[in-house]
Amino acid sequence: MKVLKVQPIKDGTVIDHITPGNALKVLKILGIEGKEGSIISIAMNVVGKRGKKDIVKIENRELKAKEVDKIALIAPNATINIIRNYEVVEKHRVSIPSQIIGIVKCPNPNCISNSNEPIESKFVVASKKPLKIKCYYCEREPNMEEIDSLII
Amino acid sequence: MNFKGRDIVSIKDFTKNEILHILDVAEKMVPIAAGKEKSELLHGYIMASLFFEPSTRTRLSFEAAMKRLGGNVIGFAQPGTTSIMKGESLADTIRTAESYCDVIVMRHPLEGSARMAAEFASVPIINGGDGAGRHPTQCLLDLFTIRKETGSIEGNKIALVGDLKYGRTVHSLAYALALFKARMVFIAPPELQMPSEVVNECRKMGAEPEIKHGIDDIEDIDVLYVTRIQKERFPDPEEYKKVAGSYRIDMETIKNAKDNLIIMHPLPRVDEIDPSIDATKHAAYFRQTFNGVPVRMALLALVLGVIK
Ligand SMILES: [Zn+2]
Repeated sequence: MKVLKVQPIKDGTVIDHITPGNALKVLKILGIEGKEGSIISIAMNVVGKRGKKDIVKIENRELKAKEVDKIALIAPNATINIIRNYEVVEKHRVSIPSQIIGIVKCPNPNCISNSNEPIESKFVVASKKPLKIKCYYCEREPNMEEIDSLII
Repeated sequence: MNFKGRDIVSIKDFTKNEILHILDVAEKMVPIAAGKEKSELLHGYIMASLFFEPSTRTRLSFEAAMKRLGGNVIGFAQPGTTSIMKGESLADTIRTAESYCDVIVMRHPLEGSARMAAEFASVPIINGGDGAGRHPTQCLLDLFTIRKETGSIEGNKIALVGDLKYGRTVHSLAYALALFKARMVFIAPPELQMPSEVVNECRKMGAEPEIKHGIDDIEDIDVLYVTRIQKERFPDPEEYKKVAGSYRIDMETIKNAKDNLIIMHPLPRVDEIDPSIDATKHAAYFRQTFNGVPVRMALLALVLGVIK
């Protein structure tokens, strides 16, 4: 008997194919804390056709592509599925936005963005494949393998 | 080409043609910089010179540049006497200063500070050095010197010598030289060699810099750009002495050098170049220092829109 690990949802958004172990960070980047009232289910390390993955389901809320794109930093293969009445009405893969603001802390301790100035951290995409980002202020490129630890 | 209102934050913000235009304008400024001709080009303009970190050469040459063109200068040479000491943010200092001036020149210890200042200011920001980050006016005056001394930038084989890892000026200079397709040699002790990001960037731009450790064979070099190896980089003072000593340029080093070799140094120097070199025609470093003035005059006149 096939046991459903995560129940299908009637309306809302399913973020699938999240890099395993990163579901909570995805929610953090999206600024979803659970206080919003929607039902949120998280499944981590689910074995799918292409190996392990995390899944996040948010009921009764359709996330816009733009707001979800920033998770491409830590979940480059994630897909966004918009569900209406149990049907996937929209599906697309995340793609990194050209500017990443207030999400990643610059790894350079001498960077102006790490001081007390009234600015948010800002990164621009230096290369899409492989994904490399560069601090808008000091031009430092963080090591993408350590990007998790730089999420604000 | 219109530079009016533009910020000078990083050399990478400029195309090759824009850089050449700046050098051309600087060329015309030389007699005024030398005091042989008088100018009132920037009469009525005020430059704010905000030095959050001391720097004799950069600050003096900017102030001289502004005054040689008939402009006025306000500002401070170190933050000790200002409200920054009371904890004011750089953003607020910039917003205050811009209400008193037409252009801001700044040096600040934090990397990216000039880029941030440019976001807050509506007047042009000229970066006079931001920590270990960029120092575009030094880069431009270096390019100006190479062109003035040798006639062109691209035809030369240029050796960058000394501390290539931490040296603020050499990274942007390497980038600019790659942009001009000059041949480059990076000569440094292994622990102070050019960072791989810089080398890779040069390669991506089509340059093929040679990496070397010794200054013994420089027969085919046209420009020797020497930088200071700092004591702080070495935990062991003996090791420092040994390394610094082996990169010292003296008459012996240049005995097989090209007749028209020029030696440059961003100054101040400590022991990197033996004073016996000063009297030779190879020594271009004092002329290089002077060139800071016409180049900075050109930048001020361009960003203020007085020259197109
Ligand atoms: Zn930074």
